[in-house]
Amino acid sequence: MSATLKYQEKELKLVGTRPLRPDGVDKVTGRARFGADYNLPGQLIGKVLRSPHALARIKSIDTSAALALPGVKAVVTRDDFAEMPDEMAAVGELMINFRDVTRNMMAREKVLYDGHPLAAVAATGESVARAALALIKVEYEVLPHAIDVVEAMKPGAPLLHEHQYTQGVKPKPDRPSNVAKRLEFGHGDIAAGFRQAEVIVEREFNTKPVHQGYIEPQACLASYSADGQAELWTSTQGHFVFRAQCAKVLQMDVSKIRVTPTEIGGGFGGKNNIYNEALAIALSRKSGHPVKMVMTREEVFSSTGPTSGANVKVKLGCTRDGKITAAEAELNFQAGAFPGSSVNQASMCAFTRYDLANVRIVGHDVTVNRPKVAAYRAPGAPIAVFGVESVIDEMAKKLGIDPIEFRLRNAAKEGTQTYYGPKLGPIGYIQTLEAARAHPHYRAPLGPNQGRGVATGFWFNIGNETTCSLNLQEDGTLTLMLGTIDVAGGSRASMAMMVAEELGIEFDRVRPFVGDTASLGFNFLTAGSRGTFASGMASVIAARQVIEKLRQRVAKIREVPLEAVAWKDGHARPVDATVAQFAPMSLPEIARMAGKTGGTIAGHAEINAQGAGPGFGTHIVDVEVDKETGAVKILRYTVVQDVGKAIHPAYVEGQLQGGAVQGIGWALNEEYVYGEDGVLQNPGFLDYRIPVASDLPFIDTVIVEVPNPNHPYGVRGCGEVPIIAPMAAIANAIENAIGLRLCEQPLSPPRVLKAIDEAAAARR
Amino acid sequence: MARITLSSSLAPFTGGVLELELDVANVRQLFQTLGERYPELQSHLEAGIAVAIGDEIYQDALLQPIERESEVILIPKIAGG
Repeated sequence: MSATLKYQEKELKLVGTRPLRPDGVDKVTGRARFGADYNLPGQLIGKVLRSPHALARIKSIDTSAALALPGVKAVVTRDDFAEMPDEMAAVGELMINFRDVTRNMMAREKVLYDGHPLAAVAATGESVARAALALIKVEYEVLPHAIDVVEAMKPGAPLLHEHQYTQGVKPKPDRPSNVAKRLEFGHGDIAAGFRQAEVIVEREFNTKPVHQGYIEPQACLASYSADGQAELWTSTQGHFVFRAQCAKVLQMDVSKIRVTPTEIGGGFGGKNNIYNEALAIALSRKSGHPVKMVMTREEVFSSTGPTSGANVKVKLGCTRDGKITAAEAELNFQAGAFPGSSVNQASMCAFTRYDLANVRIVGHDVTVNRPKVAAYRAPGAPIAVFGVESVIDEMAKKLGIDPIEFRLRNAAKEGTQTYYGPKLGPIGYIQTLEAARAHPHYRAPLGPNQGRGVATGFWFNIGNETTCSLNLQEDGTLTLMLGTIDVAGGSRASMAMMVAEELGIEFDRVRPFVGDTASLGFNFLTAGSRGTFASGMASVIAARQVIEKLRQRVAKIREVPLEAVAWKDGHARPVDATVAQFAPMSLPEIARMAGKTGGTIAGHAEINAQGAGPGFGTHIVDVEVDKETGAVKILRYTVVQDVGKAIHPAYVEGQLQGGAVQGIGWALNEEYVYGEDGVLQNPGFLDYRIPVASDLPFIDTVIVEVPNPNHPYGVRGCGEVPIIAPMAAIANAIENAIGLRLCEQPLSPPRVLKAIDEAAAARR
Repeated sequence: MARITLSSSLAPFTGGVLELELDVANVRQLFQTLGERYPELQSHLEAGIAVAIGDEIYQDALLQPIERESEVILIPKIAGG
C-alpha cells in the first residue's frame, strides 16, 4: 500500500538519544563480514578482461587458449548473454534499458571505455585466472574517441552509438548524436526577468568526474546449483534490485536467485548497479562451482560509475536591493558510455533554495568514452550548485550584501512555487541560514590569506517500496528484519530505536538485522536518503501492528474487552480502573504465553512510503591559501542542516560530517585524469587523492529539526544534502581569501597557483 | 476536473501542451489518459514520472486517488545516491 504516517509530537524516551549501534562491536573488532569475507568450499576465482582502448570495434574474441589452460573452468563473453532490446524495462521500481546494461556488463559490438569488460574467466586461483586473461586474443579496430563533454556535443565528434538521436528535440534530429537527451525546466518569463535586473552576473564552470571513493571494492560470491537455483552474496545498496537485474540479464526466474547483502564498506550511490554479479552467476552456472569475484581498486576506478563531469553556465539577474529577478543555467553532463546522467535532478536542484519568479534551465545528457556514471550522494546537485552558489556569492559581493542576508532575502519557504513542479511544504531552509548566521564560526576573526565562504544545498529525499518484519520472540525480545541496507550510517540502530520507542521498551530488547531477498518482499535501493525515512515508517507500522496484537491477546487472556487494554511502557495495562481491572502484563509475560494462547506475535509492513520531506543545509568554511604553492587548507568547517528529526543524533552528525568531507575532496583534489589515448591515468588512491584525517579540521555540525509532517517521528533524511554545498562554499572562501573566482574543479594547488600567477601577470 | 500541469521537460512529448484538465480518479487513470492522448509521452510515463498532488509528491503510486479540483503536477521521478 502507499503509506504515509503523519507526524505526532509526543514525549520521547529513546528517539533523540545516542545508544551504541548493534553492528558496532563486530565492525571495530573485525568480525563484521564484508563482501570479500565470504567463501564457499570448492570456489573458483573470477577475473575480468577489460578493454585497453577508449573506443574500438571488436572484430573477434578468441578464448580457446585460455580455456585450454589447466585450472581454467569457465570463460564467458558476449556470446553467453542474451541480446536485449533497446527499450526500457521494469526491474522493481527502476526502469532500465537492458540493452545498455548487458553491454556495460560485457561489451558486444564495441568497447566504449578504457576498462570496459570483454570476457570473464573462472579458475582455481587468481594467478591462473590472470594467466588465462592474458591468453584471450581480442582483435580491435581502434576508433577516435570523445572524452570531454563539450567536445563530444559538437557535430562531427566521434560517435559512441550510431542509433542514438537526441531525445527532447523537435523535430527529431536527422543524424545521431552523443547528446542523448535535452531537457528544459523553468517558469515565468526569463527575458522579462533579466530586463528587470539592475545587476547581472554570468559565469561558466567545469567539473571533472569524481568517484564515490568507497573503501570496500565491489565483491561478490555466486553459487549456481544443478537445479537451476542461484545464491549470491554481495556488497550492495539494493539486494532486491540486484536480484531483479541479474534475473533479467541471465533470463532466470526472480525467485530462483537469492541475494544476501553483506556488510557494506561504503556505497554512496556507487553500489546501486550490478557489475560482476551476473558474471559470477554465469561463470558458476557454466563451471558448476561457486565463483568469487573481488574487484581491484584499479578496476573500481576504471570500470565502475563515477559521477558526471560537467560544463555549467549560470546567469543571474538581480535588483540593487538584493532581489533575484531571473536565474538561468545550462547544464551539460557527461553520462559516460551509456545515456543516463543525473542532469535531470541537477536541473531540479540548481535553484530550488530560492523563491524565484523567472527561471530557465536547459540540460544535456551526453555520452562520452568513460565508464557509465553512477549515482553519487545527491546525484548531480553538487555540480549544479557549485556554479549557482558561486554566482550567488559573487552577486552578494557586487551588491555589498552579506552572503547569508542575500540568501535570506531570496530564500525558499513553505508555499514557494518550485520551477520544476510542486510548491514546497514545511521546510527548514531559513532556519539553517539563521542558525549559520548566529553561529560563532560566522563571526570569528580571519587572518592573512584566509577567507570564509558560505553555500547552501537542497535535496528532495524519497520514500519508495519498503518492507520489514518484526517478530516477538519467546522471551519478550524482538527481532526486526529490515529490507533496506545499513549503508554504514547506523540505520539499523535508528530503526530499532523507533520500534523500542513505540513499544516502550529498552533499545537493546530489539535486535535489528538486514534480511535476504527470500525473507522479505521487494525493497527499493537504499538511496535518495530514504533508509531511515521509509524503513523507519515501515518499522513503526510493524511495531503498531505488534502492539495491537498484544492488546488483543491480553484482552483474551484477562477476559476483558479490547477497549479496556492499553499499551504503555512495555506493558498491557487497564485503560482506566472504571472500565476494567486486571493485572498488567509485561512483554516477556505475554511472549512466554504466546505459543499456548494463539501462537507467536509478529508485525509486518509492506509499503510504498510517500511524503518524503525535502532537506536543506547551509555550510560555512574557512580556508587559508598558500600563495607560494596554491595549496588550500581547510581551517574550520560548520554544517547546519534541517534533518526533520535526528533519531540518533550521533549518526546524523556522522552523515553531515561524511558528506562534507567527501565534498571537500571533490572541491580540492579529486578528478579523473585521462591521457590523450583515452586511458585513465590515475586509477588508485595514490594518484586520486581523497582527503585523509590530517587534511581536515573537526567538522562541526548543527542539527536543525523542522519535522516532516509525513513521518511519525518527523524524519526527512540526511545523507545527501551535506555533499552539495562544500564545493561552492570552498570556492567562495578562496575568493574571499585571495580575491580570485575559481570556476574549474578541482581547486587543486596547480590550478589555484595558475590563477594567482595569471592574476599577477594581468596586474603587471 | 483535476487541473493537470506537466513539467516543462515533458513539453517535447505533448506538442508543447503543459496544462490541461482531466476527469481522472487516480494516478493510473491519469497516466492512461495522457498516454492515449500523447503517445510519445507513454514511454516517459512508464520510465519514471512522479506526481505531485497538491504539495505532496507521489512516486510509483498508481492507485493514489486524485480528487476533483485537485492540482496535479507531473515531474521527473527522483532517485538518489
